[in-house]
Amino acid sequence: MTITGTGPAVAALRDALIDRTGRGERLAGLSASRDGATVTLSAYVAAPGHVDTLEAALPPGATGYPSLTPAISAAFWYERLIHDQTGIVPEGHPRLAPLVKPGDPLPRHVTGYGLFTIPHGPVRSGVFESMEYLVETPGEAIPHLNMRIFYKHRGVAGRFTGMTAGDGVLLAERAEGIASVAHALAYCHAVEAIAGCEIPREAALVRVAHAELERIANHLDVAVRLADAAGLAVATARFALHKERVLRLVSAMCGSRFGRGVVVPGGISAFPRKPAAEILAELAARQKQVTGDMRALLGTSSFLDRLRGTGPLTPARAREHGALGPIGKASGFADDARLTRPYDGYAELAAAPPGAHSAGDALARLKVRDEEITQAFGLIQLALSDFPERTQLTPNVPCAPGDGRTLGWAEAPQGEVLYDVAIAGGRITSCQPRSASFHNLVLMHEVFAGDILTDFPFIEASFGLSAAGAAL
Amino acid sequence: MSLWALRGLRDGVVTTRWPKKPDEYAGAWRGPVTVIGGAAAPDVDGLCPTGAIEVAGRVRVDQGKCILCGRCVAARPDLFAWGAGATGPGAAALTREALVVPEVAETDEAVAVVRAALAARTTALRRSVHVRHVDAGSDGSEEWEIQALLGPVYDIHRLGIFFTASPRHADVLLATGAGAAGLAGPLRATYDGMPDPRVVIAVGTDAVSGGLLGERLTGVAGHVPVDVFVPGSPPSPFGILNALLIATGKLR
Repeated sequence: MTITGTGPAVAALRDALIDRTGRGERLAGLSASRDGATVTLSAYVAAPGHVDTLEAALPPGATGYPSLTPAISAAFWYERLIHDQTGIVPEGHPRLAPLVKPGDPLPRHVTGYGLFTIPHGPVRSGVFESMEYLVETPGEAIPHLNMRIFYKHRGVAGRFTGMTAGDGVLLAERAEGIASVAHALAYCHAVEAIAGCEIPREAALVRVAHAELERIANHLDVAVRLADAAGLAVATARFALHKERVLRLVSAMCGSRFGRGVVVPGGISAFPRKPAAEILAELAARQKQVTGDMRALLGTSSFLDRLRGTGPLTPARAREHGALGPIGKASGFADDARLTRPYDGYAELAAAPPGAHSAGDALARLKVRDEEITQAFGLIQLALSDFPERTQLTPNVPCAPGDGRTLGWAEAPQGEVLYDVAIAGGRITSCQPRSASFHNLVLMHEVFAGDILTDFPFIEASFGLSAAGAAL
Repeated sequence: MSLWALRGLRDGVVTTRWPKKPDEYAGAWRGPVTVIGGAAAPDVDGLCPTGAIEVAGRVRVDQGKCILCGRCVAARPDLFAWGAGATGPGAAALTREALVVPEVAETDEAVAVVRAALAARTTALRRSVHVRHVDAGSDGSEEWEIQALLGPVYDIHRLGIFFTASPRHADVLLATGAGAAGLAGPLRATYDGMPDPRVVIAVGTDAVSGGLLGERLTGVAGHVPVDVFVPGSPPSPFGILNALLIATGKLR
């Protein structure tokens, strides 16, 4: 293979990444931007307290560079995405198939007597987002799984270009609809950093309340899907009821069931329409019910049998990949942006560190979510108790970003969301959103050791990811 | 198991009585924006991020492009107001043009013709309707709202509406999403797999017009013939249920 037009920059980037990941930091994302004939790679490295952007410019006219994936496995999907977006070839990449562009069906990964592929999707049984799983199986076991996510690719990242900073948040909310608040927060944190504005304390607390309500709704949704997969009709209905009531509370607060329109650059658009005391009273009732049903669910042995040992992600792989959110926590790798890189009200409210887990199976992931639900109720309670009279408060400060580029982050229910935003002349010149769904979904390749076809719905539900967020 | 049976009784009946009785939550829903004023030359340029506001002769809002961000209502409360309620004839439209408010004069008659044609097609479906959902590039929120219909609060089984895995068994196609290129084929194949009579509902502003992605993706109508349009980003579960009942002639 000819390596064309590579300078020392990419090698230096690779060495820096090997060095920093070796010291416990993690590759949080990789993107490429094209400026005329020059392509620049940007690697995001998450460390306690900050996320750094390391850049490597390819020589003008370069058509490729030596792939980072052999050294840094977390770059696997990112390099395929970069190849789709820019045409730049990561030379030596182990499987350079299109990711968000349509491509030929992937070649069979495992071959042998009696092995066949079950194509599952993109239009799937039930109400699901569109994506395709290619399950390679001899009939029961799943020696390998392939995913094709390109169906849902909408070109969200490109659509940001040219928007005003104020309009951009509307698109961020619709990048991954079930994590609208987290995406809006990550985007606004970047814009606010460029503008250098400090949002009002009460606005920061309302942001926390909405972000945590979103987390509760998402985790309840996972519980619904797991209970449904196990055929527990009453449990499915109970958790669906709780989720619906949480969404209704959110809509009573802001008008949208997904918290859309709340977060704006500079703060929040308005304070909740429902008084804080009423919100807290309602949440106390919800927490009592959710806690009771969750205890019952985690005490139903026929349910636990299906989750225990199912879809295990080893702690070593979780650490190596930098697995985000509940998936990482269940495998003993916890890098929660709310704790390690706190934003908005989280520094003040001091979220408790997650409990220790290492089983990495579907049950551990549910237990992590159970803990996060309890913690979320507590955080909202802290954020909204002693809330001052709204008439004395300003919901937002003017936020007029000058020229600049920076990273913003927020912890979505699925894990950390990153936004790399560049603004010039009042318009977005580039915006690279990176959802936790994208970063984590690739791990689903690796968790089918010993699991069989009927475990599939449990594993998928326990990941709790969104195809929209993955394909963007 | 007895444990869960008892838990199931805890909250009593939580299912809505709608459409037999009005529902408070559906009534309080803020739907796509309507026009309440008629200022001659109002300064509304650039107010709407999706360009739903048209100023030709008078101010009109294309609700099919409204993403419910509420900017126009906040900036010009003299001109714009939230649409009231998630249900009723105004919450879903039978033609794309009917989503433009206030109506252009001749639309009413055209809608009546379309309504009659749709009713004639769907009389056979009355008591048992099977629905197939296809995501054609949504942001994921519409799926949550459709799934909610299967939960205890909306419980569409009580109305004789069921979801089906096979398009061969489906009467209604619920299409969500902006019409991503990768899903044009699967969406069309699903539609082609459905037997007549079949009805297509475009669920959500993305499916109706592409929403914020409207420059490149223009919804599902370019791929399959849409009978009922439900704007909203996302629409309320009541809005989707309302459209299902309108599409199958259970609500007029």
